[in-house]
Amino acid sequence: MDVTVKELQSELAEKEEEIRRLKQLLNMREDQEERLKVYISPEVDVGDKTYHERLSNADISRYSRQLILPEFGVTGQIKLKSSSVLVVGAGGLGCPAAIYLAAAGVGKLGVVDYDEVELSNLHRQILHTVDRVGVSKSLSVAQSCFRLNPSVLYIPYQLQLNSTNALDIIKSYDVVVDATDNVATRYLLNDACVLANKPLVSGSALRFEGQPPPPETVTNCSEGGVLGVVPGIIGSLQALEAIKIASGMEPSFCQRLLLFDGLDGTFRNIKLRSRSKSCSVCGEKPTILKLIDYEQFCGAGATDKNPDLHVLSDSSRISAKEYASMLNDRVPHVLLDVRPAVELDICKLPHPALNIPFPLFNKNISQVASQIMQVVNDQCHSTTEQPDGSTIQVVCVCRRGNDSQLAVDLLQKKLLSTGVNLVDIRGGLYSWTKQVDADFPTY
Amino acid sequence: MALSITVEFSGGAELLCGNVKKHSLNLPKQEHKWKIRDLLVWIRDNMIQERPELFMQGDTVRPGILVLINEADWELMGELEYELEENDRIVFISTLHGG
Repeated sequence: MDVTVKELQSELAEKEEEIRRLKQLLNMREDQEERLKVYISPEVDVGDKTYHERLSNADISRYSRQLILPEFGVTGQIKLKSSSVLVVGAGGLGCPAAIYLAAAGVGKLGVVDYDEVELSNLHRQILHTVDRVGVSKSLSVAQSCFRLNPSVLYIPYQLQLNSTNALDIIKSYDVVVDATDNVATRYLLNDACVLANKPLVSGSALRFEGQPPPPETVTNCSEGGVLGVVPGIIGSLQALEAIKIASGMEPSFCQRLLLFDGLDGTFRNIKLRSRSKSCSVCGEKPTILKLIDYEQFCGAGATDKNPDLHVLSDSSRISAKEYASMLNDRVPHVLLDVRPAVELDICKLPHPALNIPFPLFNKNISQVASQIMQVVNDQCHSTTEQPDGSTIQVVCVCRRGNDSQLAVDLLQKKLLSTGVNLVDIRGGLYSWTKQVDADFPTY
Repeated sequence: MALSITVEFSGGAELLCGNVKKHSLNLPKQEHKWKIRDLLVWIRDNMIQERPELFMQGDTVRPGILVLINEADWELMGELEYELEENDRIVFISTLHGG
């Protein structure tokens, strides 16, 4: 009896904590909507430039360590205070860029991001906090920066920058920092800054003219992985360059590119060619005179969210729930996990799996197919109670349910004659967490 | 006489050749001087282990790969027509990433 009461009490406490957290989230959301209304409403003029003639005593105390730098000094500080910087992207690059710009005393800081904070962002997007999971990233960055330096005017934009709004937003800023995570927005920003004649400080990539690269060759943090401190270093460098430009100092990376290899710990400073006369945006006879559709141009979306593929027909797919009942009923099958080996260390389904990472399918499908057939055959022999003549099913799984479809598709073509029944789990491990086991980790 | 140079891949381009970044090459003797144009084909045929289309498109590198010749953008050096010298350092960097 005592035990039950205690259990219930602790459950109650947990639920109350949950309610408190959700209330807080709700408050922030409402607060956020209020503030965004003020900031983004066209009637409120936030684009006006403010010129400052002198520094206040509070400014002098706050910025004293940089005021005594002869290269920067009072002149630089006043210029910085009179200037505005737009940071596009409130993620791994945008967080360090924004916080240093705010700390240094830029006059107005705009932050653009359509996305909301997720737990998997926090290892690199260091201005967000646990209690702001689910809150707008642009607002979260503005709030963190405000705590460090309330004298800056912060303008969060919770929107996706696109061809229709980019020029309007950019025109009221002096310097633009590209801290985005996708190719389409990078091209858009490049062209918008050329058209609006604004300096663009780009982190991580360059050379946006010419043909776009095939989208499958561009990786992002959510697919390729990243150690959090690496974008931190690059974002800090972007802030430094933006501060130099805004305060009238000599920029360092005009016609230069700095490359950092975090694994080797090496920097490489590269000389670039100057503007190309034949460039379609900034050349002598430009053909791009207004912004185009960059998602279409790049053949890739303007987010780092991975699109869901639809490769397999419904008959070749099972839901996570269906797989759970297969496990429950002890239906003999082979589980094929096509994630990279390192990801199996993070989590795996509660059934022994054959791990063949997906890249191997493209590399040598014949070898992969025969490896799978061997496991299938071994299992056929060891299973005494074989269901009436039917072959053993191969169930393929990956993180989100894209690679698993491609893998099944390749295998089906290869193993057509064998009669092996191949299916994938729709939505991969994500849907396992959603439908079957809420305690199963997502990453 | 063979020509020895260093070739490096980074920014993700190293994944195309077994995740090895730095390679010392001894290019075989050939009739005319080795140009970057010849080197690209040689690398594609002898070093790229998978998906060569992610390295080359037509007779040049695919868009998004930056080529450096001794720390300078290859567009400053004559691109495909640059003639390789002993001990040159050629770097291929995949430049488009996330944030």
